[in-house]
Amino acid sequence: MKTTHAALAEKFIADEPRTDWHDETLWFVREKRDKAAHGLPEWEQLREWGSQIKNHTLSNLYNYLKEFEEKAVANGIKVHWAADGDEHNKIIHEIIRKHNIQKIVKSKSMLTEECHLNEYLQEHGIEVVDTDLGERIVQFRKEPPSHIVLPAIHLKKEDVSATFHEHLGTEKGNNDPQYLTEAARQHLRDKFVQSQLAITGVNFAVAETGGFVVCTNEGNADMGAHTAPVHIACMGFEKIIPKAEHLSVFLRLLARSATGQPITTYSSHFHKPRPNQEMHIVLVDNGRSRQLGREDFRNSLKCIRCAACFNTCPVYRRSGGHSYHTAVAGPIGSILNPNLDMKANADLPFASTLCGSCTNVCPVKINIHEQLWKWRQVIAAEGYVATSKKIGMKGMDFLLSKPKVYRFAGKMGRWMIRIVPFVVNNKLNVWYKQREMPEPPKESFRDWYLKNGKTNKK
Amino acid sequence: MSAREKILNTIAINQPELTALPLIDRNALIRYEDVYAQFKTVLESIGGKVELVQDITELKEQLIADKASGNFVVNTIAALGDVDDQVVSFTASELEKLEKAYIKGTVGVAENGAVWIYESQMVNRLLPFICQHLIVVIDKKDIVPTMHQAYDSIDVAKEGFGAFIAGPSKTADIEQSLVIGAHGARSATIYVIE
Ligand code: SF4
Repeated sequence: MKTTHAALAEKFIADEPRTDWHDETLWFVREKRDKAAHGLPEWEQLREWGSQIKNHTLSNLYNYLKEFEEKAVANGIKVHWAADGDEHNKIIHEIIRKHNIQKIVKSKSMLTEECHLNEYLQEHGIEVVDTDLGERIVQFRKEPPSHIVLPAIHLKKEDVSATFHEHLGTEKGNNDPQYLTEAARQHLRDKFVQSQLAITGVNFAVAETGGFVVCTNEGNADMGAHTAPVHIACMGFEKIIPKAEHLSVFLRLLARSATGQPITTYSSHFHKPRPNQEMHIVLVDNGRSRQLGREDFRNSLKCIRCAACFNTCPVYRRSGGHSYHTAVAGPIGSILNPNLDMKANADLPFASTLCGSCTNVCPVKINIHEQLWKWRQVIAAEGYVATSKKIGMKGMDFLLSKPKVYRFAGKMGRWMIRIVPFVVNNKLNVWYKQREMPEPPKESFRDWYLKNGKTNKK
Repeated sequence: MSAREKILNTIAINQPELTALPLIDRNALIRYEDVYAQFKTVLESIGGKVELVQDITELKEQLIADKASGNFVVNTIAALGDVDDQVVSFTASELEKLEKAYIKGTVGVAENGAVWIYESQMVNRLLPFICQHLIVVIDKKDIVPTMHQAYDSIDVAKEGFGAFIAGPSKTADIEQSLVIGAHGARSATIYVIE
């Protein structure tokens, strides 16, 4: 393995002020999420509904996909099926060829990132213009997005200014976000007006009605889809939900979890092409049907790509999206990617402290940290684990299965950090790299709780 | 075997045992004393403007003045005057200079400031997105507390397209600084008719 999370993260954290800034910025987004969630007394109930609707959908996926296809076709939409990323790219390429299309705009779609659509088309001499502001910025810089909701979150405004100066001729050194956004607006308006094909993602597809919903704040998906004579919407098949009324649950959860907004500015519901327009949907598998069969990991398919688990993750915040070397980074990416390529992504389930914060914020209640832990077992059994990790894991396994020993080991650990810090602050302990080990608490949470928890209760 | 068969067959084998759909208990949902007040507060917190109007005819004068300004202004609301039906077939390059669009909405949502607009109300799907300034008119009685009641009162598949729109277009992609006016409307004003 050439590029591991640990090696890439080491590069990222070499710039300490930037790492701190990244950490704080994402934590700020996490706090906005909390505020939005606390504004609804039924928030936990909503998460439960979201989770149950998704569980039900996965348990009846065969029927829902057939129902969706039938209704979509009746609505005048052309439906395609792609077993993997390559098939997905070929289907789109074929549509482009058939219409002799030159000008393509694309709004945010993590699926097309997963399938490497842009690179595929580029190899065939076809250029795609990404229209989400963050995605356009990273596209100019020939970088992948580092976050599924905030693609350019790893960049400072000076970086964006320099990039726009080079590509759009904006004033050198003008770092004003308002000015830079306006420049992108003008530049991309031209692209929209001239576009012959708009590619969009899909947030939710409704089996009952054969339509799909696309959510953006910028309006870029709509500017493309309502302009171009051809619209292709690409979706992983797990985006399906049974009924239109279920959209209420998911639209209430999505933006609040993602950015703390009550809803995205635009939640656009597409059911039929406009007159003289051609509308396509590409339903993609790319490992999803396999994941569905893995009992321990199947509910990762419930994900609505809100990125709340990224923003809350102490490892993501302090290592950056590019360290995950995959299209979908963060905790959920570390569950999805080993399914796509276990060997190449064997490091990712280890890029976690297993603190469980991801699981606590996930709007559809995916047991993210437990799945990360389970992947470690699978990856070890398949022989893809470095020896140092293996020893640690065996210990961990032993500890977690024996609560009394675990408590004792905790006491020992706290004692060790206090009394003989060099034992843990050594080179074998990779967690110590670039950081001092924290001050150990004098007592464990359990000890503290036994003493104080009950008396503090009102 | 086609990709379709391959995918569906694998799903049939791998999908877990059937579980039940939850019942969405409406009693569990948030209630607002004054849905209009909530709608206004939320929408203004996300960059929109909300004004209460006694009678829709009050807006007629404003429309006349807007049209007289020489800017490209489109009206799609019959109660305000002549409807600019011709825009139905306008292309993006023809709409590119659109300064303002007046559009009727079906339902407003108090919890998030969104307004549902059907394609027939937009006349042209591009209208509410490509205009520089968006004016939406809704009736006060059509404001509901949450998205659940909103979906009850619309039929998303009735027309080819429809959207919930909540305020002006925005982005925070540059260092998380909020900028209003990304690709869509730079401002959104919602007139609520008593
Ligand atoms: S796993 Fe949960 S929290 Fe993470 S992106 Fe998916 S839905 Fe959001």
